[in-house]
Amino acid sequence: MPSVMLKKNPEGKLIFYVPKKDLEEVAESVEFDTADKWGGEVVLADGSKYFFEPIAPPDFPITLRAKRVDSGED
Amino acid sequence: MAALTREETEALIQEVLEIYPEQAKKDRAKHLAVNDQSLEKSNKCITSNRKSLPGVMTIRGCAYAGSKGVVWGPIKDMIHISHGPVGCGQYSRAGRRNYYVGTTGVNTFGTMNFTSDFTEKDIVFGGDKKLAKIITEIEGLFPLHKGISIQSECPIGLIGDDIEAVAKKGNKEIGKPVVPVRCEGFRGVSQSLGHHIANDAIRDWVLGNRDGDDSFPTTPYDVAVIGDYNIGGDAWASRTLLEEMGLRVVAQWSGDGTLAEIENTPKVKLNLIHCYRSMNYIARHMEEKYKIPWIEYNFFGPTKIAESLRRIASHFDETIQAGAERVIAKYQAEYEAVIAKYKPRLEGKRVMLYIGGLRPRHVIGAYEDLGMEVVGTGYEFGHNDDYDRTIKEMGNATLLYDDVTGYEFEEFVKRVQPDLIGSGIKEKYIFQKMGVPFRQMHSWDYSGPYHGYDGFAIFARDMDMTINNPCWKQVKAPWKTDASSDAVKVAA
Repeated sequence: MPSVMLKKNPEGKLIFYVPKKDLEEVAESVEFDTADKWGGEVVLADGSKYFFEPIAPPDFPITLRAKRVDSGED
Repeated sequence: MAALTREETEALIQEVLEIYPEQAKKDRAKHLAVNDQSLEKSNKCITSNRKSLPGVMTIRGCAYAGSKGVVWGPIKDMIHISHGPVGCGQYSRAGRRNYYVGTTGVNTFGTMNFTSDFTEKDIVFGGDKKLAKIITEIEGLFPLHKGISIQSECPIGLIGDDIEAVAKKGNKEIGKPVVPVRCEGFRGVSQSLGHHIANDAIRDWVLGNRDGDDSFPTTPYDVAVIGDYNIGGDAWASRTLLEEMGLRVVAQWSGDGTLAEIENTPKVKLNLIHCYRSMNYIARHMEEKYKIPWIEYNFFGPTKIAESLRRIASHFDETIQAGAERVIAKYQAEYEAVIAKYKPRLEGKRVMLYIGGLRPRHVIGAYEDLGMEVVGTGYEFGHNDDYDRTIKEMGNATLLYDDVTGYEFEEFVKRVQPDLIGSGIKEKYIFQKMGVPFRQMHSWDYSGPYHGYDGFAIFARDMDMTINNPCWKQVKAPWKTDASSDAVKVAA
């Protein structure tokens, strides 16, 4: 359950940062990203997947807890 | 010597690893890599921020060094108590050359050493009482100090002293911030964790002090310079450029910085990060809590300075953007003259670097401006994200080495035969005795500043002075050179 810092980059894409792992990656897709619900499965550019409990759309940047679904290729 | 090809570099790494026992070889192999610019992520080629192996020479520091020496130490109007035995504070005292203005011992305390000087008695019975007494004493002796930080040395964590409680009591007593920092030296694998702990201490004990206090007048052009420690005056050389382009520098973190500047930083519009490694944590925190964006910049060498000034300006309106262009144009004649003077003397020279923090990647541009080439670079205590940023800066098939051991570094130098090595004091005399020109790139070899346009002129002069120094021709004993044996014959 890593703490993940999320922010939007200038292109409007979600940046995913895990301080303890020095992992800084662009999120390729977010399962729920609508006006009333945000979260679900997030796929990063390196292929790894994380899961966020769906919540009301947060105000980025924000730190949230995520569950690691699968570690991608390594 | 011509540049090594990818295969040759790989073979060199294998050759150097050969001497290690099986386990150590496996471990060290992960820390050595050949740069491949096509890689997006460094974790595909190099491992970093791991514990150094026992038995190999590492030049890493400790968490105390990262907190007291790097982040907190330069805050000039606070008193930083080295809490524990006397050595840690005394041996690291005033060696970093982070300049400041002020009257030392009256309103600034940068080069002084304050310590609780632990003895056996304090280890056995605990040092909290002594610490409380020191806080009272400091208030009496140095009434103009603005706050106290307690920098823990190893024993504090080992004996379990409650410095937080003492700090809270001290804060009530003297009415100034007293910040306990849990930066015991044994924490983490290098000074890098010390930076993080120090950042967290600032976050928890200082940064929010003026929340809700709007008495500080702000402008739309307020910025903070973060991660510039004013080594030899670096931060001043950077600050002038930012001010000339129309920005107002509210805070310097932490070279020549004050407690008030740190407390006012949440009011700025943009955080400018120079040393990403040691202060990205606080910038990310401010981004989340105060919605202050941050960007990294690089003030080494005219190419990178111009790039950075334009990038900084792009976060502001046209007046600042015009200001950036004005600054670049203003210094153009100056830096072109520097390049015209030194480039012919330095062109084609090859450099190997092994430093900490930001410089293994940031100074590459400055060397390239002088026509030099960086053929190997590495971090003492960098993390993955540092190497991510390095891969693009370095040429293809150059060497990358993380937490390099004394043996590996020497072997690399023997084979690559660079014209200059930039590293720290622990490497300096080894390589000078090997006859390789050397610059101490932690404290600029008692020179500086190197940041900004003014600094670039000094940087170029220093590199020329070192590489083209006639002494390197005298390193070999006269009877061992061919020329001298001819001379002897002539004389005979």
